[in-house]
Amino acid sequence: MSDAVPTRVVGDLSDLPESASGASHLVWWGNIGFMAIEGTAFALAAGAYLYLMSQTAGWPPDGVRPPDLLWPAVLTLGLFVSEIPNLWVRRCAKAKDERGVRIGTLAMTVLGLLLLIPRGIEFGHLNVAWYDNAYGSLTWMLLVLHTSHLITDIGDTAVQSVWLYTHEVGDDQFADVEDNANYWTFVVLTWIPVGALVYLAPRFG
Amino acid sequence: MSDPRTPAVELGKLHVSWADAPGIRGFFTTVDHKRIAARYIVTVVLLLFLAGMLALDMRLQLARPDMERMTPQLYNESFSLHGSTMLFLVSVPVMEAMGIWLVPLMLGQRALAFPRLAAFSYWLYLGGVLMLWVPHAFGITPDLGWFEYPPLSGPAYSPGHRADIWAQMITFTEVAALAASVNIAATVLKMRPPGMTLPRIPLFVWAMFLASLMTIFALPAVMMVTSMLIADRLVSTQFFAAAAGGDPVLFQHLFWWFGHPEVYIIFLPAAGFVSMIVETFSRRTLFGHAAVVLSMLAIAALAFGLWVHHMFAVGLPRLGNDFYTAASMAVALPAGVQIFCWIATLATGRPRFDTPLLWVLAFIVTFVIGGLSGIMTASAPLDQQLTDTYFVVAHFHYVLVGGAMFPLFGAFSYWYPKATGRMLSERWGKISFWMVFGGFNLGFFPMHILGLQGMPRRIYTYGEGMGWGPLNLVASIGSAIAVAGGVLFVANAAWSYFRGRAAGPNPWGGSTLEWAAPSPPPQHNFDAMPVVDSLTPLWTQKRELAVMTGLAVDRREVLVTSVVEAAPEYRQKSPPPSTAPLLAAVAVTILFVGSIFTPWALVWGAVPVAIGLTLWFWPQRERSTTGPLRVRNR
Repeated sequence: MSDAVPTRVVGDLSDLPESASGASHLVWWGNIGFMAIEGTAFALAAGAYLYLMSQTAGWPPDGVRPPDLLWPAVLTLGLFVSEIPNLWVRRCAKAKDERGVRIGTLAMTVLGLLLLIPRGIEFGHLNVAWYDNAYGSLTWMLLVLHTSHLITDIGDTAVQSVWLYTHEVGDDQFADVEDNANYWTFVVLTWIPVGALVYLAPRFG
Repeated sequence: MSDPRTPAVELGKLHVSWADAPGIRGFFTTVDHKRIAARYIVTVVLLLFLAGMLALDMRLQLARPDMERMTPQLYNESFSLHGSTMLFLVSVPVMEAMGIWLVPLMLGQRALAFPRLAAFSYWLYLGGVLMLWVPHAFGITPDLGWFEYPPLSGPAYSPGHRADIWAQMITFTEVAALAASVNIAATVLKMRPPGMTLPRIPLFVWAMFLASLMTIFALPAVMMVTSMLIADRLVSTQFFAAAAGGDPVLFQHLFWWFGHPEVYIIFLPAAGFVSMIVETFSRRTLFGHAAVVLSMLAIAALAFGLWVHHMFAVGLPRLGNDFYTAASMAVALPAGVQIFCWIATLATGRPRFDTPLLWVLAFIVTFVIGGLSGIMTASAPLDQQLTDTYFVVAHFHYVLVGGAMFPLFGAFSYWYPKATGRMLSERWGKISFWMVFGGFNLGFFPMHILGLQGMPRRIYTYGEGMGWGPLNLVASIGSAIAVAGGVLFVANAAWSYFRGRAAGPNPWGGSTLEWAAPSPPPQHNFDAMPVVDSLTPLWTQKRELAVMTGLAVDRREVLVTSVVEAAPEYRQKSPPPSTAPLLAAVAVTILFVGSIFTPWALVWGAVPVAIGLTLWFWPQRERSTTGPLRVRNR
């Protein structure tokens, strides 16, 4: 048994390539879908922060110092600098440069792990605990939310790097590397509004 | 009819490539969108039965004044379980399920974009079902309604884990729905058959696409807000604690940012069913296709601008209330345009009144009544009087049962022959239809009047002196008839599965591609890729359906096309069956369940999740022969 209606062949698809990159690739759109979900979560978290900020007389509340700036500055600088190797990996992936993506993902894993150091220290310099007040809860929520994305992408990059070093790299894997690099850029870009809220809103809000 | 140029050997290979493993192994590893959708639907039917029994129990309690057969606590648990089940475990998941089943078939495809993600979505959804119903079996049941507002649900007033169970059940189901939505959206964008340009997309596919986008932008809100609630309860954050600078109203804003679009996430697929059924049973192309698509777009956009109309009684600024009144009423315009297009199609076509169309007509009547009571409650001053009364109970049952369940029953009746290869009994279908439709209206229309008479919702009993007894008795009788009709509907489906008349590929003379596949479709759906030249390919290519060959038969492969023109771009490998989605879902379940007891579950629970996901995405390719970690002793 086969298709239930009479058919007429009008073309052949066997000449089509077996892979694609960028927005042509199916997985690229899945990646965009998950960025949209997570971007919405960031936007709503920021909305919650701004909402409570607008409802509260003192921000931060009296007696609470705004978070310290040194370590977030280090992290922010690090995130921006990380875009240089990240965009390089992305270019290697597009050029299907096997050696480039192997080295690049390894470098990004190491860089990502290094960036977790200032991020970890940041938590100790927020000058408020999550249970002190709603301001503290929101500050921690934004930072935890962003950190969870950092860790996820570093983990993903690490697994990808191990796989790339141990296996034959095909077109689909180059596309995966490109998607992962795009995701890192997403994590870096989301830090701009999130970081601004956590560190600047208590000072200038 | 087999394509002469596809020899039997090739077809045999195709069957083997797409076949599941036999038996229990196939059950746990399948990534077939039809099997996944079927198990979603079987689960939903079971839950519909349970929620229906809860409803009957409550109606029995309210049938007469001063009844003492239920305690207030049991009544609270009953409506909480009924509402949470219907909103989170039935309405949204069943629409996702219909999309998972239908979208690839309507697109002439062999699979969804991400087959394993669909399997993961079901297992996680099942986790949500068990999260709510297993504790219930042990007597731990959420008891604060289907939206659990703090401070009542906060740590001070709700000790124990009832509220946590509710909150985490939501996380399960929302992750499942988000996974399904990304899958459906990517499938619609990149896997349309050659020739299916944007204007040629069937309306149900449009509806699922828009509902998926709405899901992506709405559901993170409820996941976030319930996580914040759990955090307030578990680690003493102060999000909703007014004394520490928090605000319980923030919960309501975030909840309804999700909650209102959710209504349309349920309604848009239902409108998609209606469009497809009206077209087939009117035997003409839908009147105003573009207008219906634009109406759905308008509804999807406006849905994000009216959440505050659920909060008119909170005491927000009056100007805000005015804005949300206007925005709420504005939805009536695109909703009305759609209804006029359906009526125009029926009026100018040659309608045949089989069961699927009866459900659609019932939908139009019921939904219009629900829409009109919606315009009433959209008016802030009137809402102040009606809120928390039975008028609201009547309204939302009219829009949700009338607006979503009736089209769903119509859709079940319409596509049942395709899914099973058998026809439902028309006779029993019509009897069950009249019982559900009649019983529903008898059951719920009196509630409008009860609400206007001042009967509050969520009361376990009322005094005889209130004078609400007779109408409540009528409501209870009507509900019982509707539930009996529902049972008959399912019995008809069960009986017809074994004894129904053979359906053939296209029993209704449908126009879209799913009717070109055999009934039931084989695991690979189509032998060759259909090519589309119109909105109604089976009507415009009556003699022969144009197809393209050349997709692999010895492995799983699907065609990927361009976003706007649906021009063929490349052939994509489609992943084979795997236990990874199930293992990943079990790992996520451990994390979710653990995290209502200890925040550290987020840390240790992440390890099995990471392992599960790594197994899932680990590509199967040869070991490297280059680089420092190459294989050296091959």
